[in-house]
Amino acid sequence: MSAQAKRFSGANIAFGVLGWAVALLMFLPLIWLLVTAFKTEAEAFTVTPQLFFEPTLDSFKAALAQGAGYWHYAWNSVFTALASTVIGLMLTVPAAYAMAFYPSKRTDFTLVWMVSTKFIPAVGVLVPIFLVYKTIGLLDNVWGLIALYTAMNLPIMIWMVYSYFRDIPKDLVEAANIDGASMGQTMLKVILPLATPGLASTGLLALILAWNESFWSITMTNYQASTLPVYIASFKSAEGMFWAKMSAASVLSIAPIIVLGWFAQRQMVRGLTFGAVK
Amino acid sequence: MAVVALKNVGKQYPGAASLAVEDFNLTTHDGEFIVLVGPSGCGKTTTMRMIAGLEEHTQGTIEIGGRDVTGVVPKDRDIAMVFQSYALYPHMSVRDNMAFSLKLKKYAKADINKRVEDAAEVLGITPLLDRKPRALSGGQRQRVALGRAIVRQPQVFLMDEPLSNLDAKLRVDMRAEITKLHRKLGVTTFYVTHDQTEAMTMGQRIAVMKDGVVQQIDSPNNLYQQPANVFVGGFIGTPAMNFLDAAVANGTATGPDFSLALDAARREVAGTRERLHVGIRPEHLHLAGNEADAQSLKGEVEVVEPLGALTMIQVRVGDTKVTAQIEPHQQVEMGDTVALTCAADKLYLFDTESQDTLIGIDSGVADQPAA
Repeated sequence: MSAQAKRFSGANIAFGVLGWAVALLMFLPLIWLLVTAFKTEAEAFTVTPQLFFEPTLDSFKAALAQGAGYWHYAWNSVFTALASTVIGLMLTVPAAYAMAFYPSKRTDFTLVWMVSTKFIPAVGVLVPIFLVYKTIGLLDNVWGLIALYTAMNLPIMIWMVYSYFRDIPKDLVEAANIDGASMGQTMLKVILPLATPGLASTGLLALILAWNESFWSITMTNYQASTLPVYIASFKSAEGMFWAKMSAASVLSIAPIIVLGWFAQRQMVRGLTFGAVK
Repeated sequence: MAVVALKNVGKQYPGAASLAVEDFNLTTHDGEFIVLVGPSGCGKTTTMRMIAGLEEHTQGTIEIGGRDVTGVVPKDRDIAMVFQSYALYPHMSVRDNMAFSLKLKKYAKADINKRVEDAAEVLGITPLLDRKPRALSGGQRQRVALGRAIVRQPQVFLMDEPLSNLDAKLRVDMRAEITKLHRKLGVTTFYVTHDQTEAMTMGQRIAVMKDGVVQQIDSPNNLYQQPANVFVGGFIGTPAMNFLDAAVANGTATGPDFSLALDAARREVAGTRERLHVGIRPEHLHLAGNEADAQSLKGEVEVVEPLGALTMIQVRVGDTKVTAQIEPHQQVEMGDTVALTCAADKLYLFDTESQDTLIGIDSGVADQPAA
């Protein structure tokens, strides 16, 4: 009874209403996107948005049509996201391990410096990177994109894994050293198994960031290496916006990552807040 | 089993003004149980970590079994260490925790199983072998940590405050068990603690440290009877020794509200000194009754602590709080004025300047301090 009463207290109801209101506000664009995807182009263009209409799959059919190349872009997205995540983790683990368990005077500086590179707007380095890529022939190349994504995500990945490692007692490393483990054995057999949840959530975050990335994909690729954001943008043409088809394309593009995020959200929250509270 | 020799061992942390450990000299006997004791920050743990190889020593040499281990990594020093935090691998079962080092050394599976099971048997943790550390109590984790050390059959055990995370009763039990285990295995052991009771009950020899400097290395009894200086006198023994600042004249040490006659031996070591520190252990003080005594300290009782078997009282003698241990049947109330007395041969005398011991109890002049 008392638990029931508590559940419906004034403050809780107020917080509930507020929570729903904020959620609605945040998800409105997504709802709009989803609704528009089921409209015809004519319905999507009306100035007063139509709330009631006959849903149609025409836009999806058009978006998945042979010429649109959905599967080509989707494959590029999957491949670049996965590859940059795997390569990123392989670089992250030793870097974070060294900084967490063998810190030097410059460790703190290095961490801050790495994150500070994220403060530079991507446009600021677009021209030099574009020219370098043009010279070495990495324009419109998936590996060029993977290299960019890996570099883009490394600072936050290292920072996350570092904070995970930092929460593992140093005594364990020392115990393993005394037990006769080499540095590699200590990392593989003692530390990594303990950090698996952290590595998983770091990997997930990198995957999502790489998947959502549009700036570099649009600027550095033409078709061969283009990912889904390019595909979505292709529905904006000189003749005008195809809102319904673009919405359908967007739904098709974000669906996989939303499904993945849904399953992984618990892991994600734990990963991002890990170490915040003892 | 091995002799461990520390020769002029010192540790300077980069950027630190003073040495963390200074000129540590100690050669163990084979199979000896050495306790390193002292207040926090005295360098005892640093010393142990240097023996383990987890910290490099910056001065002197460390030898294990006659081999200079300078620059040798921990895994090649043939040592095992028990950590204060136990440092059990959380994702491994008890069995795997204990077998980890043997697996790394690529022992045969049957051999590993036998060693692990033998060690588990000795420690009484056989039923726990398939559990994870998080499913164990503090005392059980402690045993597993010990087990992980003994399966290695190393030359030296290092134990860094292994009992400090246990509750008081368990600590006493484990103390006795570690002592028994040591007697059974006969492995040279270094044991770090800040608890002088643990040091006294377990150590064959005890190194008392302060500010990175060894004050004295000796047997428990010698530390008690012949402390090297005021610090060791005050650190060893509970409750702690009482110290009185006294003026010496005519073979008597006097101060506010106390007067203590010195015996021949004490008069001799006092020499021409005009001031002395007098040390009296609480267990050597007795209630004097009313008779006037040449040996007496007078004061008001401030605290009475009945412990059952005995009663501790705190008496204000002049400006000094003096603790005395009395019989429980002796009725003393707070606020009473009492006279305490102490046998002349139970007085410790210390030099006021150097703080070194002039004379201890039972056996004449104290040895020169070891450090």
